[in-house]
Amino acid sequence: MLKLAVIGIVAGFFSALFGVGGGIVIVPLLILVAAFGERPAMATSLGAIGITALAGTVRYAFHGDVEWSYAALVGLPATVGAIGGAALQQRVHTRWLALAFAALLVTVAVVLVVT
Amino acid sequence: MTETIVFGIVLGVAAGVLSGLFGVGGGLLFVPTLLALHRSQLHAEATSLAAILPTVAAGVWRQQRYSNIRWKAAVVVGIASIAGVEGGVRLATSLPEATLRRLFAVLIILVAGQIAWRRRRD
Repeated sequence: MLKLAVIGIVAGFFSALFGVGGGIVIVPLLILVAAFGERPAMATSLGAIGITALAGTVRYAFHGDVEWSYAALVGLPATVGAIGGAALQQRVHTRWLALAFAALLVTVAVVLVVT
Repeated sequence: MTETIVFGIVLGVAAGVLSGLFGVGGGLLFVPTLLALHRSQLHAEATSLAAILPTVAAGVWRQQRYSNIRWKAAVVVGIASIAGVEGGVRLATSLPEATLRRLFAVLIILVAGQIAWRRRRD
């Protein structure tokens, strides 16, 4: 419980500090610190991100910073992608999932340094 | 106009695949996509958060069917994360950002190595 709370705080902290999404921090910490398997870590991360994103959206919307038509333009097609992505995740071997996620992390690290 | 819509849809679907596959929000692609569509940095970040909502809702719906979600953990991590964001925002303005970014990038690469290494014999 305490471990999970610390994971959440760390994830929120780094995502605000560096503009990386919470999932990039939550998934590795659930795997390495809370001993989650890859699939439960990734699925649980989605649930956590939903809560954080909801709080953030309400806050920004209050200031009038959300452009709803653009949010719909990318967010609605993304639902189709997410359903496909989740189905793919369920079928791919855990080892390849771990390797592909590691590759995503390295990409994020490179982008962080380059930009 | 048509180009904007096609671009938004294609990148939106791609962000959704990343989200559903890896358990990230999709902001990784939403923010650059919105910037490419000439939104300001602030509006891109705000709009990305709103776009994440339907994305993760769809992902959560599927993952629930696959019984992969541990709800108690998701709620604790999600709520604690809101508190972390507050701290991060406050610190962001007062720190040598470039150095920290590099340190964080190195940390991410080490974590990536560890995640891959754990599964080397699977």
